[in-house]
Amino acid sequence: MSASYLDAASAAPLHPVAREALLAALADGWADPARLYAQARRARQLLDASRATIADCLGARADEITFCASGTQAAHLAIAGARKGRRLRKVVHSAVEHSAVLHAAAEDEHAEVPVDILGRADLGAFAAALTPDTALAALMHANHEVGTVQPLAEAAALCAEHDIPLYTDAAQSLGRLPVPPGWSVLTGSAHKWGGPPGVGLLIVKKGTRWRRPGPSDEREPGRDLPAIVAAAASLRAVQAESETENARQSALVGRIRATVAAEIPDVEVIGDPDGRLPHIVTFSFLYVEGETLLHELDRQGFAVNSGSSCTSSTLHPSHVLAAMGVLTHGNVRVSVHRDTTGAEVDRLLAALPPTVARLRKEAGL
Amino acid sequence: MITLDCLGQRCPLPVIALARHIGEVEVGGTIRVLADDPAAAHDIPAWCRLRGQEYAGEHTVGDAPAYDVVRTS
Repeated sequence: MSASYLDAASAAPLHPVAREALLAALADGWADPARLYAQARRARQLLDASRATIADCLGARADEITFCASGTQAAHLAIAGARKGRRLRKVVHSAVEHSAVLHAAAEDEHAEVPVDILGRADLGAFAAALTPDTALAALMHANHEVGTVQPLAEAAALCAEHDIPLYTDAAQSLGRLPVPPGWSVLTGSAHKWGGPPGVGLLIVKKGTRWRRPGPSDEREPGRDLPAIVAAAASLRAVQAESETENARQSALVGRIRATVAAEIPDVEVIGDPDGRLPHIVTFSFLYVEGETLLHELDRQGFAVNSGSSCTSSTLHPSHVLAAMGVLTHGNVRVSVHRDTTGAEVDRLLAALPPTVARLRKEAGL
Repeated sequence: MITLDCLGQRCPLPVIALARHIGEVEVGGTIRVLADDPAAAHDIPAWCRLRGQEYAGEHTVGDAPAYDVVRTS
């Protein structure tokens, strides 16, 4: 039995187009694109073409895009730059944002917007938090742990009404779902769509008051040109196949949701069953320890993630699950990708019921 | 009221103890779980919702967090 990698939401396996582009760019794009000789001009062309490709894929202008070293760095810059540019401190954010967003917001004044049990931001509370001293409002496009898609268009309308820029972290949706218009700042991360690790995207729409934090420096924070070339090429490829892949992956996830709920007692399947990402499904098993379950699944050849406290370095459960008010222990997140087959999902669905039953028995239930 | 001392226990142990002992109080009676694992604050109310029992809030007993559950069925 070969191992099944089912943690695409942490890092998707490298798309074949990314691999090809990466190897080509390693041979051809190693020079400093800022210099004035043939090798540099070739590197410059690759960088410009990559930026143009990403702009075209995401409906942005090329000069609105900043390459970063990671999605985390992009999120940090998005928030710090809005505070600096608007000379305001307060950041409004949903309770289920990625921890990179929460850490950056917590640097200064911030207001948290609660979510419902499906993980959707409370738009009434969101609107009430948009006071005139707000630098930026952050609402992710879709959640990385539970897959729930946020009411972004409605949030954008509220932000427009209050003349406050909207920042959306689209790390999990880029390449998969179109991002509704209305955002001023957007971030993403190439290794979530099948690009290489180490490429973050920061897009700041023209007219947004945003200033890059730190010393003024013409160099972009993201400097890995071969990885940037591979990120751009794979974004285009992933977007082109998204309709077929979304349908296929969403059906796999739908099958996991239905089967787990039907065949395993005392399980809570988490997140919005309809308004969700195609590739992520999360559930919690009552009376089961998340860490033990993860190790047991790993031993059986399944790589999955968990939001349970015993699997985190802080021993606190996932802030996403906690904010939703769902069960945090015995938690498993499965996230599929373009290489995930129906047979792999069948194997997982066959392995879960006896594994959960055995762990419960060992716990004395 | 029954009090379960689950201090020092990691989740899901406090929830397992609650499930095991809920039958020992009458319907309408309260069971109190002392638990200092941070996950208990989320998992005890979630257990009540999943099991149709009534979550009656968090208190502090001594220095320890205490969660009250009223048996409804």
